[in-house]
Amino acid sequence: MTERFLGKDLLGLEPLTADQIRFILDTAEPFKEVSERTIKKVPTLRGKTIVNLFFEASTRTRISFEFAEKRLSADTVNVAAAGSSVEKGETLVDTARNLEAMRIDMVVMRHPSSGAAQFLADRIRSNVVNAGDGTHEHPTQGLLDLLTLRDKFGRIEGLKVCICGDILHSRVARSNIWGLLKLGAEVAVCGPASLLPLGIEALGVTVFRRIEDAVQWADALNVLRLQLERMHAGFLPSLREYNRVFGVTVERLEKAPRDLVVLHPGPMNRGVEIDSRVADGPHSVILDQVTNGVAVRMAVLYLLAGGRPEMAEAAKGRAGEASE
Amino acid sequence: MKPVVIRGGRVIDPSQGHDAVADLLMADGRIAGLGQGLGVPDGAEIVDARGKVVAPGLIDLHVHLREPGREDVETVATGARAAAAGGFTAVCPMPNTDPVTDNQAAVGFIVKQAQAAGAARVYPIAAISLGQKGQQLAEFGELVGAGAVAVSDDGHPVVSSHLMRMALAYARTFDIPVADHCEDPTLKANGVMHEGLVSTRLGLRGIPAAAEEIMVARNLLLAELTGGHIHLCHMSTRGSVELIRRAKEKGVRVTAEVTPHHLTLTDEACEGYNTNAKMNPPLREAADVAALRAGVKDGTIDVIATDHAPHAAFEKEREFDYAPFGIVGLETAWGLALVLAEEGVLTVEQVVSALTIQPARAFGLAKGTLAVGADADVTIVDPEAPWVVDPGQFKSKGRNTPFAGWKLKGRVVSTLVGGRVVHP
Repeated sequence: MTERFLGKDLLGLEPLTADQIRFILDTAEPFKEVSERTIKKVPTLRGKTIVNLFFEASTRTRISFEFAEKRLSADTVNVAAAGSSVEKGETLVDTARNLEAMRIDMVVMRHPSSGAAQFLADRIRSNVVNAGDGTHEHPTQGLLDLLTLRDKFGRIEGLKVCICGDILHSRVARSNIWGLLKLGAEVAVCGPASLLPLGIEALGVTVFRRIEDAVQWADALNVLRLQLERMHAGFLPSLREYNRVFGVTVERLEKAPRDLVVLHPGPMNRGVEIDSRVADGPHSVILDQVTNGVAVRMAVLYLLAGGRPEMAEAAKGRAGEASE
Repeated sequence: MKPVVIRGGRVIDPSQGHDAVADLLMADGRIAGLGQGLGVPDGAEIVDARGKVVAPGLIDLHVHLREPGREDVETVATGARAAAAGGFTAVCPMPNTDPVTDNQAAVGFIVKQAQAAGAARVYPIAAISLGQKGQQLAEFGELVGAGAVAVSDDGHPVVSSHLMRMALAYARTFDIPVADHCEDPTLKANGVMHEGLVSTRLGLRGIPAAAEEIMVARNLLLAELTGGHIHLCHMSTRGSVELIRRAKEKGVRVTAEVTPHHLTLTDEACEGYNTNAKMNPPLREAADVAALRAGVKDGTIDVIATDHAPHAAFEKEREFDYAPFGIVGLETAWGLALVLAEEGVLTVEQVVSALTIQPARAFGLAKGTLAVGADADVTIVDPEAPWVVDPGQFKSKGRNTPFAGWKLKGRVVSTLVGGRVVHP
């Protein structure tokens, strides 16, 4: 096998170098085209078995991973926590051992507990891809956001990106912060102080307490989903007030000194963190993010299987390159 | 029983201000003499302690022995043997057993199990409230009659300020301390580690320092109001140290503990989602560790106690969120406390004091001294002997420690209870 570019697992963007992140983004480029073909399938990962282990509900991420796997010709199995041995009280260690015993090649895992992906990765030889662990990281979301920004601006370095909303509970925010900082962007966060983690400035980000200030500063806004349960847990008075004070609206965007690009990892709460006219308007790159998600995940799976970035184009044509 | 002379050791007994090479004579389970060149009675056994430190038996005011209820992770017997192996001659188990130690029969059961074990002495702490539910006071009089030395709802902080006030007032009749795990449960919420930069990076829910300090402040005010004795368990923040310091200046009846791990580790130990660094109160920041050390040094913190909390391996080998809080401590406490001496934070005498006479005084135990006539509870340690923490060698059933592989000094050579060797 050739030298691995990512190591065994993709657990987060914090442990990666800027070069590794660039490699992934560059590797994603040739894979974008596969999804535009009439027959959307290449033999790159033929014979590889991948388990999608989802301990938490997910539509977009699970489907995106599954398409990425299937378009690379891997054999895939989906396991959801509901109806699985997890519901019968099986621990993650035992789940891991059982997967190992079935000689699978990779696990894509979504889990409600921070650190669960690392926990699994430390205990099995198979590659582990973190598809979101608690409020820790969601690295492929961070990567697809980076790819979308790079497509739009032609660069990441020097870009001013503000992540808006519930930073405290957001794994997307953490992955974005690490990825953007490593690639030389300026990063800010904006939201009510009740939803900002203690000491967030120490990570090297600017804090805006008002969305109006963020709009004046930023080239792009990444608007996070606001979860309804935060209101009941006392973090916020109401979704209505959140929209009034922090909502990304056309009126607010019109005051920006430049044309802002708006991202959202989905699923959106229209009329809460983002207005429909923004989500569906010219600022939005939200559906580009979804398209890029498949290409980024294909790139990650290909690289973890041992593929080399410069061989990605050629690898689309034949099976087995990834494990040469 | 033959008289025993422990000869030529460095006898450190802070209760008498003694720190010199001397002989210690024990007869009939009691200390019979302390001094240089003591005459050896006929037939006495002689223990050569040259190069060793001879101290009063160590006392741990805060352990969890899990019996009754979780005998799979610890029993009174295994806990008492782990204590002896760690140099402790007396331990005080918390009442969060199953069923809760909230009645005289339950206290009596623990006392009986300890007698059968014949290792370290065991002085139970009984519950403040029935079932540790925080509603109705337990029968302190009967509990004390059965052998309880303090009351605490440890593991379940006393939320009601009224109940805490009543407990502090009512306990005065029996002259026992009320020990509290200081935590505002609404602020702690479902936090799993210290709230700070590390928790932000790891994406783990934080427990702010204020969750402890609010209850420390409340308890100090209630102790002042009632004249009762509040004992603050396992202090972890610099703010708590400052609150206690001010209360002591005002003459409030307060004693306070700190654990060896809060004196040696920070929240960075949680990196990699290490569940053996998950404890409650959580490991805090370097500034907190510095303040806690200063607190022990100037007497603001009276006692080093372990909060020995054994858990099954499978319980700890879990996602960080789901793993239980707590680590074992009985068999590493002395070595970790000596780190503070090694680093010049405390003198060896201060370390011994915080593990012997100070805890004895805090709980009103006639222990922690080598004065003539006292029970011959003695610990002999080799202060220089290096050793490596190997949880596989623990006498405790618990192996959950973040200190595995640490190189420590100060091996426990021998532990005597009532003149009888209980370790090794």
